[in-house]
Parts: sequence; structure tokens; C-alpha cells
Amino acid sequence: MNEQQQTLWQFMSGQSDKLLSQTLQHVGLTFISLILAIAIGLPLGILIARKRKLSGTVLGIAGVLQTIPSIALLGFMIPVLGIGAKPAIVALLIYALLPIIRNTYTGIIGIDQHVKEAARAIGMSKGHILLKVELPLAMPVILAGIRTATVINVGVATLASFIAAGGLGEFIFGGISLNNTNMILAGAIPAALLAIILDTLLSLVQKLDFKKFRRALYIFPIVILVLGGFYALPTAYGSTLTAGFTPEFMGRQDGDLGLKSTYGLRIHTIVISDAVMYKAAYAKELDVISGYSTDGRLKAFDLKILKDNKNIFPPYYAAPIVRDEALSQFPELEKTLNLLSGKITDSIMTDLNYRTDYLHQQPERVAKDFLISNGLYKTPKNGHNGTVRIGSKIFGEQYILAEMYSMLIKGNTDYDVATKTGLGGTKICFDALMNDQIDLYPEYTGTGLLVLLQPNPKIAKEMAHDKENTYNYVSAEFEKKFKIKWLKPIGFNNSYALMMRQKQSKELNVNSITDLKNYLDKN
Amino acid sequence: MIELKGISKKFGDTQAVKQVSFSVAEKETLVLLGTSGCGKTTTLKMINRLIEPDGGQILINNKNITNQDPDVLRKGIGYVMQNIGLFPHYTIAENIALVPKLLKWDKEKIKSRTQELIQKLHLPENTLAMYPHELSGGQQQRVGLARALVTDQSVLLMDEPFGALDNVTRTSIQKEFKALEELKRKTILMVTHDVQEAFELADRICLMDKGEVVQIGTPKELLYRPINDFARNFLAGQRLALEFKVVNIQDIWSYLPEQTIHAGESKSADLSIWEAMELLRNNDRSEFFVSGPDQAIKSINFEQLTKGFNQYQNAQLHE
Repeated sequence: MNEQQQTLWQFMSGQSDKLLSQTLQHVGLTFISLILAIAIGLPLGILIARKRKLSGTVLGIAGVLQTIPSIALLGFMIPVLGIGAKPAIVALLIYALLPIIRNTYTGIIGIDQHVKEAARAIGMSKGHILLKVELPLAMPVILAGIRTATVINVGVATLASFIAAGGLGEFIFGGISLNNTNMILAGAIPAALLAIILDTLLSLVQKLDFKKFRRALYIFPIVILVLGGFYALPTAYGSTLTAGFTPEFMGRQDGDLGLKSTYGLRIHTIVISDAVMYKAAYAKELDVISGYSTDGRLKAFDLKILKDNKNIFPPYYAAPIVRDEALSQFPELEKTLNLLSGKITDSIMTDLNYRTDYLHQQPERVAKDFLISNGLYKTPKNGHNGTVRIGSKIFGEQYILAEMYSMLIKGNTDYDVATKTGLGGTKICFDALMNDQIDLYPEYTGTGLLVLLQPNPKIAKEMAHDKENTYNYVSAEFEKKFKIKWLKPIGFNNSYALMMRQKQSKELNVNSITDLKNYLDKN
Repeated sequence: MIELKGISKKFGDTQAVKQVSFSVAEKETLVLLGTSGCGKTTTLKMINRLIEPDGGQILINNKNITNQDPDVLRKGIGYVMQNIGLFPHYTIAENIALVPKLLKWDKEKIKSRTQELIQKLHLPENTLAMYPHELSGGQQQRVGLARALVTDQSVLLMDEPFGALDNVTRTSIQKEFKALEELKRKTILMVTHDVQEAFELADRICLMDKGEVVQIGTPKELLYRPINDFARNFLAGQRLALEFKVVNIQDIWSYLPEQTIHAGESKSADLSIWEAMELLRNNDRSEFFVSGPDQAIKSINFEQLTKGFNQYQNAQLHE
């Protein structure tokens, strides 16, 4: 424990520059969106308190907006607002709107009718009544709404890193992808502290007594403005092209680190989520992205893989990994899972991914079609001889594989199946497996080696380029260290790849990573 | 001066006020009396346009109020309400100063006027810096009154002004109210359902029922010349007490014994029967002297008082 704290401390002090800028970005995002949410929500709240008939509609719409999953909301915005701060701020603004509108409305309609009548009766104009009577009296309730919105925003702002808007999410999601607990904590702890501190400060503002309150009212917007200004951090944009890499790619030897050390690639890079990266490349928000070689969106968005002429991306052969205990509990499991081995090549996988990612077919249907055409599909036996729990990471390919395994098990054995798909990243999936929450999930040899085992760089380098060596090494080490067995590889190789739009690649005559470096150096 | 001409108001299907007409003379206090829901408060609120009438005309000082900006109109009318309606986030001083500030009075003038009022209304100086919730109900109502009086408008509307107070506090504030010099020069329209209060404070009473005016007249007229059964029954329960308050020595003068010669202290003939009885009772005196019309002086004891009152009562009823 002590050692871990120390290393966390070391990590944080080592990354203090990044930590500071991420924290400032985080605060900035939270408050810019808060200012906008107040600027929109307060007048709306006042309006619906005046015209009560509108209240149902307005609160309903704000409520519906609130329930849109954050990633989905961010995804919707890319075509309209691109990536970066704009869509993030708009998304945060939307989440902050409901508590502010609702509390303004409730605060104003909750004021004693007699007080309002008295204000009218002594001849105060509507504007005076609003400014001198209604808003001051509703202020404690309105502030409670702003407080709720602030805390929501601190939380949701972590997701801003998905669309390259920065913030503490960069550490959190990078850490999850890289199985780096210190990195997760370096993002999560400041985010939690931020939420607690802001909540406490706002609760103090709320408790201020009436007299000081009125003065605090003028200070309040200024403070929010200043905090919002934190986001206006100029980032040095050095190159003509912009790359968008996933947080995982950023921290990997076979990723950004390798690109820098082996190729000497210097490109302006922003951190972005896998879920929106391809779309952003297609929308010309990004020029170079870190994708997967079998990804269906490659085909869908007309992207080209740049040749890895210096071999920094090791092969990533996919295979199911299963807990030893599960194998002995379900004797027929291994045989059944191996039915798929060698059946799916790179091009088949890309095509299957294309069908889910771009044609939006259900993974279930895609899996079934494939099994039927390969003569592997059997009608489910509806057996009840125990339940096999299958996990998957949160992207299309894994969903398809999980569905295939599920159908194979149901058709060939008497076991029942529970699927737990969409587990956040490598770390979440692997932890679930280690902690007996799932029995198996599809993993990639390269990930097993570099992310989960993390051997010293020398071994890693030796292994990384040979498919057989890597598989044998991870098989042996997983068995020894984790009591987890790698079954036979499925066949395809889903490795990292740098990609560009076909058209741009042609225009710039960039076909390999070295070409890209040369192009960047010249421009 | 306030004049209502054929005022009507409907809320949905309910006819809340039906063809109400009356006028309140300069410096007169007219009380709108009636049970809950009789339309008296609606009538009052139409005068400062908190409610707009469906039909009819209202004139204040001969000016039609519909031609005036409501906010300006209201600044020119003092308003006291049952729930007081003080602003909880302002101090007492700020509450009183609100309207003068809207009228852009200078600070010194506001301050001296506020001082003057709290003295007249017997509020302790230190209450000025307090917030409404720190004051007792009676004190709050005094502040409400001060707020209505601060700009010294000639017209004052009062909606059940003492309704939220307990009996003891109410009685003492009513007394102060009656004695307050500021109020004597104002045209006042007051709403109440409390018959005693109406008789205590009114110059004339306008009795209302189901949105209509039943009878308008002085307290004495209402007691002795009720226009119908409703008017008679409305007062029946407290009749004797009301009569004691309404009838004064002057009224029963002719039924009292012959005049005597007395050089000492004598009371005014304005004294009501009630007050005369209190005087006899509290001071443990068997008799006192009253100077009546033409400087004549008569001595009165309890027996003579009740006898004279009975005779007056009979005379009124058989008239």
C-alpha cells in the first residue's frame, strides 16, 4: 500500500505539468459550460415561472436531454461542432440545464404569494419585482440548482477527453486502457477533490446570510467567469496535420511512444476516444488517427492504413482467454470455443466489423450469419448445466466474437450463457476475469504482452514482432501468473495502425509512416 | 375620494362582484363588511387594479383609474394587507423605504419620515435594523401600516389589516389606529368580516353579500334601520354590545334626569354607553358628570344610564 502511494505520488509529481493543465482545463470546461447554462437556464426558469403552461414542455425537454448518454451526445455533436472544446462545452451545458431551470422555476413559484402581491400593490414594476423580490428570495433554491449542476459537470467533464477537449478524463481513461492504476488515480482523485471542494464552496455561498448574500451575489458571477477563463489555455499547435490518438495509444510503447522514438514523428496530437475518432477523421477534424487494422470503419469512412515500415506495431492475434477454473468446471468449453479457431481472417473480420459499425446490423445477426455460412450454427439446446459468463470490451468486434461464442456454446453444449458485453477497456475486462465476474473474453496477444504482463522492454522488443513467440510467451506467463489459459487464436490480426483519409493520402503522397514524417518535416 | 360605479367581476362562472356602487368621501373611513366570499376583497383589489373589473368605472379623486399606469396608480395608494406581506429579505427600515426609493426621495427625507412613523406607531428604534421574522405579529402589522403611510398618500386601502392578530393585540392596535392623527386625514376603505371591528372603526359601513351591496349606512343606521332580514340577522349575535358602542350620551340625553349644577370635572357627551359603563365600573364611582348640549351638565349613575339607554332603544325600535 505504502509503495503504491509513493509511486502514485511519484507519478503525479512526474506528470505535474500535465496534471496542472488537465485540472485547469477541467475547471475551465466545468465553469464555461456553467456560465452558459446559467445564462440560458435562468431566463428560461423565469419565463416558465411567468407562463406556467410552458413549464411542462420546457422541463420535459431539459429532462430528456439530461437522459441522453454522454458518449452518445458527444457523438451527435461531432458532425455539427467538430471535436474539441465546443461540443464538450455544449454537452456539459445541456447536462447542467435541467437543475438550473427547475430550481429557478421552483424557487420563484415557491415565494409566498402575499409577498408578491404586496410588491405589486405598493407599485413595484415587473422588473423591480423580479430583481428586488423574486430573484433574491428564490436565490437559495437557485443556488442549490447551480450547485447540483456544478457537481454534475465536474463528473461529466471527465468524458470531454473522448472528444479531445482535455480535462482529467485524459488520465482516467488513459489509465483504464493502459492498466495503469496510478494514472487512473492521478485523474480520479483530483476530479473527486474538485467536486467536493466546489460543492463545499457553493454550500457556503448558499448559507451566507441575507445581508452579506446580496454582496456575494455580485462576486459570484465574477468568480465563475475567472474560473471559466482557465480553459483559455493556448496550446502550441506545431504542425500542419493533426493527429487524434486514443488515450491507450498515447501511453503505449507500440503507440505514440514508439512513433516518437522509432520514427521521430512530431505531429500535433490530441487525445480522443475510439468511439468518435473515425468519424472525426472522416469529418476532416483529424488527419491522422490510431485505428485498428480490422476495424470496419476503415472501409466505411474510406480510410487508408499507412505502412508500418519500421515494424513498431506488433501483431495482435485474437484468442479467447479463459480462467482455468472455468475450463475444469465446464469440460466441453475449450473444445467448443476452439471451433472458431483459424476461421476468421483479417479481411473477414474487417467485413464483419463493417457490417456492424457501418451498416448498423446487430452483432447478433452478423455472428449468426457468419456461423451459418460456415456450417457452425446449431439450434440452441437450452441446457441448464451451469452458466458460462462471456465478457467483451466495448467495441464492435468484441461484441461479434462474444455473440459467436455464445451461440457456439448454446448449440454444442448443455451450458447456459450470460453475456456481459461492453466492459469499458482492457483493464475492466481483465479485472472482471480475475475476480471471477466473467469466465472468458476475447483478448489480443499484443495487449496481453504489453498491457497486462508489462515485461521489461528488452523482452517486449524481442517478442513483439513474432506472432508465434508472442503467443507462446503470453500463454505460458498467463498460466503461471494468473491461472488463465489462452485458447487457439481465431486467425485475424487486429493490430494498431495509423490511418489517413484515402484522398488526403493520395494528395500528399503519404503511404507509409516514414512518408508522413518526411511530409511533416518539410511543412 | 373614491367612487365606484356599477363595478362587476366574474371568475369563471362565479359572479364575484355584481354591480357594486358606492363612494367614500374625503377623510371618511368606509368599511366593507361581509362573510368570506362575499366579494369584499375583490372589490377592494379592483381599486388599485390588482384585479381588473369586467365592467363599471372607478374614480379616485375624480380620475378614472383605468387611464392610469397601474404601477403609478398603486404608488399613490397606501395598501395594508392581512398577511402583512413584508419582504423577508429586507430590514424593517428597507421595507418602509421601498416606495420612497421608487419615488426617488433623497436619503435624509426617507430617514426622517421613517423615524417619525416608527415613533407614532410605537415601534422601538432598534427594530429598524431587524428583519421581519424577528418581530412579533403586532409589530409586523405596525410596520405594514408604516409602509402604507410613508409617502402620505390621501387614499388608503386596508384588507383585513388586523385579521392575523390575536384578540388582545388586535384590540390595542385598533385603539392606536383610531387615535392616529395621520389616519384621520385620509380617505380609507377597509375590508373586514369582524363586525366589532367594523363598528369600532367605520364612519360608514357597506354591508355586502354574494357580490352585492346589501346596505350602506352609519353603524347606527345599520343597527336601527336594517334594510332587510339579512342585514338584521348579520348583526343579531352581537347586537347589545354593538348598541353600547354606537349609542352615546348625547343620544340618550333627553332620557336622563334633570340637569344639575356642578363646577368640577365633567365628561364629553360623545362618550359611548360602553365607555360610560367602563368609567363607572373601573373608577368605583357611583356617578359622574357630563356636559351636554348648551353647556348643560347632568350627573349620571349606573341605573340612570341603563334606564336612559332602554328608553332610547325602545324609541328607535318603534319609530
